Amino acid sequence: MENKLDWITLLLYFVILVFGWLNIYAACYDESHAMVFDFSTKHGKQLIWIGVSLLLALVVSLTDVRLFSSMAYVFYLIMMVLLVVTLFVANVTKGGHSWIDFGSFKFQPTEFAKFATALALARYMSNPDVDYKQMRTKVISWTIVLIPALLTLLQHDTGSALVFAAFLFPMIREGMSPKILIVGLVAVVLFVTALLVNSYIVLAILAVIALFYLFVWLNKRTRKHYLWTIGLFLACSLFTMSVDFVFEHILEPHQRDRIYVLLGKTVDTHGTGYNVHQAKIAIGSGGLMGKGFLNGTITKADYVPEQETDFIFCTVGEEWGFVGATVVILLYLALLLRLIRLSERQYSRFTRFYGYSVASILFIHFFINIGMVIGLLPVIGIPLPFFSYGGSSLMAFTLLLFIFLRQDQERTQTLL
Amino acid sequence: MSSDVYKERSVLLRVIFIVVGAIFIVRLAFLQIFDSTYHKLADLQALRQVTQYPARGLIYDRNGELLVYNEAIYDMMVIPKMVKNLDTALFCKVVGITRQDFLDKMEKARKYSPYSASPFMKQISKEEYGAWQSHLYKFHGFYVQQRTLRIYQRPIAAHVLGYVGEVNDKDIENDHYYRQGDYIGKSGLEKSYETVLRGIKGKKIMHVDVHNREIGPYLDGAHDTMAVEGGNLYTTLDASLQEYAESLMANKRGCIVAIEPSTGEVLALVSAPCYDPNLLVGRKRGENYLQLLQDISKPLFNRALQAQYPPGSIFKVAQAMTALNLGVITPGQGFPCDKSLVGCHGHPSARSVQEAIKMSCNPYFYFTYRRIIQQGKYKSIYKDSQYGLTVWHDYMQRMGFGTRLGIDLPNVKSGNIPDTAYYNHWYGKERWAFSTIYSNSIGQGEVEVVPLQMANLACIVANRGYYYTPHLVRYYGPDSTRNEEFYQKHDTGIKPAYFEIAANGMYDVVHGAGGTAHRANIPDIDICGKTGTAQNIGKDHSVFISFAPKDNPKIAVAVYVENAGAGGVWAAPIASLVIEKYIKGEVSRKDFEKMYRETNPCQKLPLTRVPKKKKK
Repeated sequence: MENKLDWITLLLYFVILVFGWLNIYAACYDESHAMVFDFSTKHGKQLIWIGVSLLLALVVSLTDVRLFSSMAYVFYLIMMVLLVVTLFVANVTKGGHSWIDFGSFKFQPTEFAKFATALALARYMSNPDVDYKQMRTKVISWTIVLIPALLTLLQHDTGSALVFAAFLFPMIREGMSPKILIVGLVAVVLFVTALLVNSYIVLAILAVIALFYLFVWLNKRTRKHYLWTIGLFLACSLFTMSVDFVFEHILEPHQRDRIYVLLGKTVDTHGTGYNVHQAKIAIGSGGLMGKGFLNGTITKADYVPEQETDFIFCTVGEEWGFVGATVVILLYLALLLRLIRLSERQYSRFTRFYGYSVASILFIHFFINIGMVIGLLPVIGIPLPFFSYGGSSLMAFTLLLFIFLRQDQERTQTLL
Repeated sequence: MSSDVYKERSVLLRVIFIVVGAIFIVRLAFLQIFDSTYHKLADLQALRQVTQYPARGLIYDRNGELLVYNEAIYDMMVIPKMVKNLDTALFCKVVGITRQDFLDKMEKARKYSPYSASPFMKQISKEEYGAWQSHLYKFHGFYVQQRTLRIYQRPIAAHVLGYVGEVNDKDIENDHYYRQGDYIGKSGLEKSYETVLRGIKGKKIMHVDVHNREIGPYLDGAHDTMAVEGGNLYTTLDASLQEYAESLMANKRGCIVAIEPSTGEVLALVSAPCYDPNLLVGRKRGENYLQLLQDISKPLFNRALQAQYPPGSIFKVAQAMTALNLGVITPGQGFPCDKSLVGCHGHPSARSVQEAIKMSCNPYFYFTYRRIIQQGKYKSIYKDSQYGLTVWHDYMQRMGFGTRLGIDLPNVKSGNIPDTAYYNHWYGKERWAFSTIYSNSIGQGEVEVVPLQMANLACIVANRGYYYTPHLVRYYGPDSTRNEEFYQKHDTGIKPAYFEIAANGMYDVVHGAGGTAHRANIPDIDICGKTGTAQNIGKDHSVFISFAPKDNPKIAVAVYVENAGAGGVWAAPIASLVIEKYIKGEVSRKDFEKMYRETNPCQKLPLTRVPKKKKK
């Protein structure tokens, strides 16, 4: 029996794509060059990318679905090799960036490494003997994720490397302990408080909490409780004490600045904080209903750097207002929730894991990008899926999504 | 798959998605709806409100000649908060100022307001602006604002036209129309018709990009307003007559006021020394202003409206009219020229009012004034004088003395006509009588009159009993608005027949044997006049009021020459030249004209009756 591609997801994809292009058009809009099909402009080029992406989607939906699982490791291998090659080629040509130049066409392998990793991990997870209670499973699955993440990090593309954390979610879904999320949350809280206030004060607070837990909260105190509490306290303390060191010696200066700007420790609206400040002005000035399509005074006057790429959400905020921005957020939420729903209806672990990976990767991008633009997260330059200007990311996201939709279409077949 | 034990974990991810989405929406609500600062910041940096200055109204003379017009200049404006990454060295080099200049100017601008525009450099010429226009885009926070400069076509009538200057803090406070660096009429017609001349400012909102370049009108100019040009003034001034009158007052101090009696329209209004109104325009303005201010001859002082002079004998005309109308004398009244009462010059006693005016007999008016002041209504001479003075004061006011004439120029003075309260204050109640105040009868004593009032008296006689408020603007603005008060007849309430007597007497002053102003005689114009020689500390002031022709007068002229001596010698001939110029358009008495132009009152006039003999 032949199912159709999930039309709800398709519809959301197209709506986001079209709205994204409209905003790119607005961000690049120049009264003197208002031609839609001017391929020297960014909105013109993006039209080409959209065309190519749709072609890719068509190709994917015509491909034999078994190819993805059978070729998963091959794809992965190819992408890892490409990442290594990029490291060398890009190091020479672009001084530490993640792009490969093909003449006028630039290509970012990291974008494609995401879906290759998702496929490889899904393939590994589809083994019946995989079980997160076993060390072996943990080690192998984490290795598959960390190789491309580290290679990306070596390209000084911290943002894209961070995206590989998305695989936490499908892993948890497949049985990894969710405690890691709590650990991560605690780590972030400790990190921020240690930066904002003195780390010794954080230690004191931690000690109070530990003592409270031990002597007030608990009725029964066993040896195991003592050991755990003391152990946790020591771990947290160690982490807190290391924050300053990590911050000063491991993070790069621009990363330090961005974190300080976010935490309000640096107020520099002309230098480091310029981008976020302008983004907030653009969005904040949009008001409830926005200034209207092509009427954004900040957008049109190029105040926000990178506005058609990573800061594209500014355009939405300024020209479409709170209403438009909320609609975009709801569109993404709908897409994400739909993907989870589709994943849950899969019969094979391979597709379910892959579906979760797609949703999680899209989510991380959505979370980091919009969080950054509205000033909730430090500046981390990653694109908004299907929305930001850029060929590599649009094609990669389209591939990522349509490979899942294709598998979803064939979900009954893969049972065999 | 059979062993899907972690299915419920899908909820975890869904919850995380929804929580993150909710946080984003709440954050957006704060940014976009509850916090309005970003809107202001956006407008501040991306929009630039450029004020469209309307062209100031033009000023024409009575014959349609353009007197005042505008020329374009530029002001460089600065918004201190917007100045960033400025290459100060380059800026100073291009604009041509020192670094210290730059710092001072910036400090001043910052003090005014860091967020709004204030002038950084003013009145830059078209040429200068052109020279550094190409660099302007590098200087964030600076832009150029076009303004206009007043140009005075002929260097005349500075006191009438007035000048414009930059507004001060008080002007800004009083009228929200003005912003720092705006111009406002400071004196003359520029001041009194400021609201007509200034027009209505427009505003243009320009969209400015990140490189400080204007990329076009904001919302295609939907919020822009057009500037409305200032209204033109169509004045009553006769530019040629004004210029001529000014030339006659060269080397002298004093003034000339010429009025068309039938309308009250001021034809010429000269205060000497005069100055070129173009001095008070442009970047040298401050310097020139200071120089004029410090000049001991007080060129900025408008004598025609503000100098309160003793009128001297011209005042006798007003006394005669009062006495006749009160019935205290008759036209045929004679009084002896008794020099023991008050000094006089050699002439036979006057046998009528007409003769008294012709001969300007001081004792005659001593008697006349006594009859006005002490009418015998009360037994006590003090009470009687009080009554008489009150009546007299009323008559003087009816003839425009002791009261501000409502001319459309600022700062006109009222002069002084003493009333009972005035003398009570000085001498005490019922401690003064006619003998205390008789000097008023001949225009001395406590009486003070501004020259405009003297000219107005000439108008009253010319009209045989009424006047229109002297004024300088016929109509103004696109709708040719008129000031209705200038069309209201002010009747003195004195019978025209008495003024006929005054006119006859004044005719004799110029034409009759024993008249005091033969120098004013022009063969074919019936000039009527009255001389005055006003005593004061220093040499006497020379005074003359006149009108011509005797019937259907076209012009009334008052001339006041400070410290020149007898009225007949200086003021009368000057008045006659003004009358000749106005009525004939050309002056035939060239030698005479040259003599009065070139001589100053400290010199002895080179001739006495020569031109008259020549003509005869």
